[in-house]
Amino acid sequence: MSEALVAVEVPGASASGTSGARQFRRRLRAQRAALVAAAVVALLALIAVAAPLLTAIEGQDPTTYHPSLVDSARGGVPIGSFGGASAEHWLGVEPQTGRDLFARLVYGARVSLGVALGATAVQILLGVVVGITAALGNRWVDQLLSRISDIIVAMPLMIMALALLAVVPGSFPRPVLVALIIGFVAWGTIAKITRAATLTLKQLDYVAAARLSGWSTLRIARRELLPGLAAPVITYAALMVPVNIGIEASLSFLGVGVKPPTPSWGQMLSSADVWYQAAPQYLLLPAGALFVTVLALTVLGDGVRTALDPRTASRLRVGTGHKGEAKA
Amino acid sequence: MTGFTGFALRRAVGAIVTLLAISVIVYVVFYATPGDVAQITCGPRCSPAQVHQVAQQLKLDDPLYVRYWHFLQGVVAGQDYSTGTSVERCSAPCLGLSYRSDRQVMQIILGKLPVSLSLVLGAMVLWLLLGVGTGVLSAWRRGRLTERALTGVTLAGVATPSFVIGLVLMIVVCGQLELLPFPEYVPLSADPEQWMWNLLLPWLTLALGEAAYFARLTRASMLETLAEDHIRTFRAYGVGERSIVGRHALRGALAPIIALNANDVGAMVGGAVLTETLFGLPGIGQELVHAVNVVDLPVVVGMVLVIGFFVVLANAVADVLYAVADRRVVLT
Amino acid sequence: MSLVRVTDLTVEFGGLTAVDGLSFELAPGAALALVGESGSGKSTVASALLGLHRGTGARVGGSVEVAGTDVQRASEDELRRLRGGKAAMVFQDPLSSLDPYYAVGDQIAEVYRVHTRASRRAARARAVEVLDRVGIPDAPRRARSRPHEFSGGMRQRALIAMALACEPDLLIADEPTTALDVTVQAQILDLLHTLRAETGMGLLLVTHDVGVAAESVGEVLVMRHGRVVEHGPVGAVLGSPTQAYTRELLDAVPRVDAPRAPSQPSEEIVLEATGLRREFGRGKRAFAAVDDVSLRVHRGETLGIVGESGSGKTTLGRMLVGLLEPTAGQVRYDGHARVGVNRAVQMVFQDPVSSLNPRRSVGESIADPLRARGERDEQRIRGRVTELLERVGLEGAHYDRYPHEFSGGQRQRVGIARALAADPRVIVCDEPVSALDVTTQAQVVALLAELQRELGLALVFVAHDLAVVRRVSDRVAVMRQGRIVESGPADEVYDNPQALYTKQLLAAVPALDPEVAARRRTARREPAAL
Repeated sequence: MSEALVAVEVPGASASGTSGARQFRRRLRAQRAALVAAAVVALLALIAVAAPLLTAIEGQDPTTYHPSLVDSARGGVPIGSFGGASAEHWLGVEPQTGRDLFARLVYGARVSLGVALGATAVQILLGVVVGITAALGNRWVDQLLSRISDIIVAMPLMIMALALLAVVPGSFPRPVLVALIIGFVAWGTIAKITRAATLTLKQLDYVAAARLSGWSTLRIARRELLPGLAAPVITYAALMVPVNIGIEASLSFLGVGVKPPTPSWGQMLSSADVWYQAAPQYLLLPAGALFVTVLALTVLGDGVRTALDPRTASRLRVGTGHKGEAKA
Repeated sequence: MTGFTGFALRRAVGAIVTLLAISVIVYVVFYATPGDVAQITCGPRCSPAQVHQVAQQLKLDDPLYVRYWHFLQGVVAGQDYSTGTSVERCSAPCLGLSYRSDRQVMQIILGKLPVSLSLVLGAMVLWLLLGVGTGVLSAWRRGRLTERALTGVTLAGVATPSFVIGLVLMIVVCGQLELLPFPEYVPLSADPEQWMWNLLLPWLTLALGEAAYFARLTRASMLETLAEDHIRTFRAYGVGERSIVGRHALRGALAPIIALNANDVGAMVGGAVLTETLFGLPGIGQELVHAVNVVDLPVVVGMVLVIGFFVVLANAVADVLYAVADRRVVLT
Repeated sequence: MSLVRVTDLTVEFGGLTAVDGLSFELAPGAALALVGESGSGKSTVASALLGLHRGTGARVGGSVEVAGTDVQRASEDELRRLRGGKAAMVFQDPLSSLDPYYAVGDQIAEVYRVHTRASRRAARARAVEVLDRVGIPDAPRRARSRPHEFSGGMRQRALIAMALACEPDLLIADEPTTALDVTVQAQILDLLHTLRAETGMGLLLVTHDVGVAAESVGEVLVMRHGRVVEHGPVGAVLGSPTQAYTRELLDAVPRVDAPRAPSQPSEEIVLEATGLRREFGRGKRAFAAVDDVSLRVHRGETLGIVGESGSGKTTLGRMLVGLLEPTAGQVRYDGHARVGVNRAVQMVFQDPVSSLNPRRSVGESIADPLRARGERDEQRIRGRVTELLERVGLEGAHYDRYPHEFSGGQRQRVGIARALAADPRVIVCDEPVSALDVTTQAQVVALLAELQRELGLALVFVAHDLAVVRRVSDRVAVMRQGRIVESGPADEVYDNPQALYTKQLLAAVPALDPEVAARRRTARREPAAL
């Protein structure tokens, strides 16, 4: 597999290799878009955490059917304007079932963010362990683990997740299962990144100096290597979260991810195309929620990357000599 | 050139080994899972006797490695199946029989392949043109309004799941504006024009998100190349911006684009599943979702392997292309 | 009329003034060197001559006139005609300065076509012509090779060929030989000299190396902090400098012909290597970086190991401290065979940036050997580290600071303190001063000598710089392609070299005296004179 995508830059290998948490925050703060995105993400996280509270304030829950609120004669279209929006049901109700849309939406945020974070955690754990082992192990260990990582990278993620979801018994808690499966089929890239970063770090003189001090390999790995890996791993994780959200939504959309009655944005969309004329908010709300969430997380991920790898960013800002030429 | 031939050969052997490894993993994962395959296959209302009969028919009592060996034999040399009364010949490469329909898995896949290939190859052309073109334009007009607008558009493209793009396209183009009929697959051999019009929306659905992704990558690697020392050399020698961006920066971005394209074949197949399901195209993806829902394991395994084959093939080809594109790569 | 006229040039980046009110002139065909240490602003001046600061956010004041073009006011088109057409630039790193994807000849042809509207075929022919001119053998074929297929020296020749393509009036060379070995450097400097004699173009040389300047130019301009310190004919400035900084700079330059004060090493052998060999790669690609090297290090002496890139000197150094295991042979410490690292044999590394963990305070890094030894008493660790920091010329209060708060020289001092913390008897210094400015170099070298006298340390000093090695070493070993070609007492090896390679090396070292330099150049042209 080509190494181009995993050519990571390790702070400390560079001329101004300093990356204190303080500097990181300062650089992140310098990016307005990333700040706005961070605020949006924080708000979404708050909504997800406070979902029971929010629905309690509204006085609804995501699973109760309200047959009286839909017009069964017209196939289950919500009664009233704006999809049946009212003081009791802030965003209206679901077609056919009459379940409260606001409640399903905020609980959907819970599933979306929870599954994505869980999957990312699994990916990082597996990837970092495999990557470090490959980089520090002997030639054979490295060969074997690198080949396996290559295979994992090459395997079509959606297909594997889709197929795996078929064989696991239905009694397993579905959101946890989805998170685990997304995690298990998509750790290859992070393993390759970790391996490349570890190999770069291993070459650095300060690691050699630590060996000369008389420290054991384990201690060197913990004290000198792991902190250096934080930047590339965090960067990748930040970019992975929105991708995982998309995967969960896609799987649920196909009907193999999170299953009813647990609400999920992707699952809501799977039947929305039928209702777009009668109840457009049933399509627009989950689609909008997905869009905003993924967008905010992507912008935040870009910001984190810029903050953690400022050299790339500053290289891209100066010395290209184009802006001035336009003025001249 | 012997070094290069050797490299290509080694890469081919590597691809075969990878494919074997994938088949082992897939086989073990699917047939060694906790669920009782016979019970699932027979259905929830089967009596224990019926379940036992199914298990025997499917040879589920044999150890796993024996079954895998039979499976491999089938792939390499073909296999005969008794379907109660008659014997059916399943010629190589044989991926077994469906639990549900007794049809040969390979036949099912071959029947669906043209649809999926039409979808994927067409979309690939579209996203490479759109993506790389947008990326080059962004890099060329960097710092200007054009770049900012394109950055915003590509960001939105990356942030929208492909099935949402598809939903919106379908509702707006077919439902509201009625510019196109709802897509329905027409074989290329039957009517090329209808084939194209009907696949237009699925292509866009699959291509737009990927194109946005490629545009971002192209822009980023071109900007990175533009910051390199050799670009400074050409500036210091009076070479114009057009040649610097179009010749030197684009050439530098080519290798990462090829590499990403290969890595992305997997993601693209996933996108194809969604697109086929969304538009009701009778391709591999739709069949796979169906097989997953009815737990038809031979079909699932067969499809994963066929898809894996294409992915590994694409990767091997891309690696060779990459080595050609970036002659600095040491051929090992 | 002057070829270059710079009046009151000021360049600011952000709030930082890189060049501050600089003025100088260069007559057609003349050669001027801008000499200074890092941060003196000399490269910034070179870029300003071609207007390369446009669009980078730098603020440029004053006026710059090159070959009749007012660089500050010129239009884009005028500027493009100047760049490469009338004034061409040669950069420091020849590998990264060429596009890796295109053939060298095509890149030269592209530049030529920008300025001449020649046909493709004519441009290719011109490329081959100039490549041949700069001494690339088999130029028609080599013109089709990509940069990575060239050696470092050949690449620099190719860049010079690109500069020559449009027959410019002025050649700007920004550290053109810094990335090259000393023998290759001599060849490139000779080439520049010959080309200048033949074409009559002017030369503006930017360099940190006073010797390189003495070899190549008629006039020198010494810069510091963006200002002129001293400006005049090269013989006068280097022979009888009037400014304190120039004198300081010249005193700090190590000289290959100055013997070192004799020391009294003991006869006791602390470190001994026998038949060391180290291979890298496997199968057909295997090669021996170090091949059958034996050496001894006595208590209290300095053994200098000198060699060009690829000579295996770094690999040898790493085997001596146990960071690399030899493929064959043995390292004996105090008479006992040794495997792996040993606290008594420490190392000082080349790169002051990568040798300290950026995430740990320097005090913590220095304390590593103490903690690894099992010391748990925080009070005593802090006490000892403070003592070591003060010993290497830093302050005890620096304990809690991080590496990025220090300059290169200070970081190297931290590295020395860390090595000392292990109470070593031998320190292997791998190019310890090659990343430092000459004045800092002199200070670090002096510190090492002082510590050696005080603690009776044995030093192994690995370096490519012959002059630095002579300044510090009692005995010297010259390495080439993994083997030691000559070894012995430093004065003998330097004053009366036996091996042909040693003679070539010494002949290639730039001389500080322009007259000596000219004599040497003639001598290099007639190899029989060696």
